[in-house]
Amino acid sequence: MPPFLFQDTFKLNGEDSMLKYFAFRVMQIPLVLLIISFLIFILVYIAGDPVAMMLSADASPQEIQQFREALGFDRPFHVQFGHYIMNVIIGDFGASYQYGVSALSLVLDRLPATIELATASMIIAIAIAIPLGVISAVRPNTLIDSIATGLSAIGKAVPNFWLGIMLILIFAVNLKVMPVSGTGSWKHIVLPAITLGTAMSAEITRLVRSNMIEILQQDYIRTAKSKGQKSLVIIFKHAFRNSLVPVITITLLQMASLVGGSFITEMIFSWPGVGQLIIQAVYEKDLPIIQAAVFVTAIIILLMNLLTDILYRVLDPRIKYN
Amino acid sequence: MVSRNQLELTPYEADRQVTKRQKSVKYKLLLSKLLKSKTGLLGLLIVLALFFVAIFAPFISPYNPNEINTAKLLTPPAWSAGGSFEHILGTDNLGRDILSRIIYGSRISIIVGIMSVIVAGTIGVFFGLVAGYFGGIIDNLVMRLVDAFLAVPTILFCLVFLTVLNPGLTTLILVIGVTSWVMYARLVRGETLSLREREYVKAARTMGVSNFKIITRHILPNVTSSIIVISTLSIAGTIITESSLSFLGLGIQPPTISWGIMLSEGREYLATSWWLATFPGIAITMTVLGIIFLGEWLRDVLDPKSQGMKS
Repeated sequence: MPPFLFQDTFKLNGEDSMLKYFAFRVMQIPLVLLIISFLIFILVYIAGDPVAMMLSADASPQEIQQFREALGFDRPFHVQFGHYIMNVIIGDFGASYQYGVSALSLVLDRLPATIELATASMIIAIAIAIPLGVISAVRPNTLIDSIATGLSAIGKAVPNFWLGIMLILIFAVNLKVMPVSGTGSWKHIVLPAITLGTAMSAEITRLVRSNMIEILQQDYIRTAKSKGQKSLVIIFKHAFRNSLVPVITITLLQMASLVGGSFITEMIFSWPGVGQLIIQAVYEKDLPIIQAAVFVTAIIILLMNLLTDILYRVLDPRIKYN
Repeated sequence: MVSRNQLELTPYEADRQVTKRQKSVKYKLLLSKLLKSKTGLLGLLIVLALFFVAIFAPFISPYNPNEINTAKLLTPPAWSAGGSFEHILGTDNLGRDILSRIIYGSRISIIVGIMSVIVAGTIGVFFGLVAGYFGGIIDNLVMRLVDAFLAVPTILFCLVFLTVLNPGLTTLILVIGVTSWVMYARLVRGETLSLREREYVKAARTMGVSNFKIITRHILPNVTSSIIVISTLSIAGTIITESSLSFLGLGIQPPTISWGIMLSEGREYLATSWWLATFPGIAITMTVLGIIFLGEWLRDVLDPKSQGMKS
């Protein structure tokens, strides 16, 4: 980002209010994380200690007691919570019950695959949504518009795990042009990315369409038209570029939620990301992994939200801070 | 012309009569608007059909949905080779009639959809009213709680709950409800913030009306239409969450029938019997689409301010 853009923003809104606003936002992140950790701790505490779930049904009372003491579940509430928070601060969520290694490192190992999938989904979503949204905005209330609007409504309504299964059925089982699941080649990412990208593109299409329709009614567009400017230039240079700011924000926000929302798709396609790890952990009642995963997801979402917010305000200096 | 009858009414009663008449005009207007909106009408029809199917399931379903028929395992649907009109949508791996199972499955979707929205709505509206009306520290606390819930995707929060709780219908309703109240809280808080500055609320406060009465009599009725809109729209999301969790085996437990469970059973037979996983998915998509259409139409009619606002 060229530095003059920042300067502009500062001048328009006052340097102080902007810095204060972002300082406030940054300071909120640890607070929100603390609340999340408290919620999770309470939940686990109220639900009873997880020891009984982890040991087999025929474990003797002594065994359960020993195990409970070893994990610290016999200590009073505030001691357990204090201990827990101290560990969370240094990033220690304990060892995974299944694998016996640090839960956080297990989650971080899986993160690149999830981010890769989220990025691919975003690219597919944009590739579908922008042409569809622009076309339907340029020709509103025509057949093309109805089809585009209908498609985006369906895209929003289709549960993505079913879409994934149907894609496997069509492209892997019947046509045999795509692998059923797993990783290895570029082909492996196509179906899961389409699965996740569809719902995303539905949202973006609607946004592009409504923004473009609004902008195409502006005075400067009429001026450009009366000047005899070519319609393609008007659509892309004058209108589309101005509709981009909210589109970028929504896309980034959606990508953030994808990082924490692609569980079932990852599971269906055996994609080795965080989602697959989490679902396995839920089946195995592996609490350290789940806690670590919730934290990593929350941090990513909070940072992405902050980034989006900064970007939004930098791209559109008219926004006020309060 | 003012009739004699009307002259004898107290101002209060006359007022009531006028409001009544306005209300009936409002309903007529609503109806005419509904007939104009194609998607709204379609949505309403789908939702009505869904309720009809769910309520009268025992009368319209051709078979007992849990009846195992080993003589007719994996029969294809009527129109494909080997299918018959005895089982229009075919049978599953245990010979159970798929159409009957889809009909009964609608019940779970509706129950979980509506009940969890009630749970979420109650929690969210309460927090929203309290935060918006009292402001200050209470508002701050509630909003930080909202931030915390927003930072974790709903389904991930559900998974955390389901790790420590035993799955089942009640658990599922509570878990989805408790994890999705944030939307309501934000909406209601925002509207309460502006409502509490209105003249009539200030007047009521000056007259010494209790906070409880102001909230329930003067503020809550004014946010109802927004709550109705957002509740309708979020039933759609709830139905998808329910079927996702049931698909994973963490939601509804067999022998109770859920479209999500049917999908996960059908997934095992994808290579040979496509119809097992296809039809329940169509049922979910249709249902969700109908609810979204109805909800968006309601939003346009009841709450024109929020047009274009995302749920």
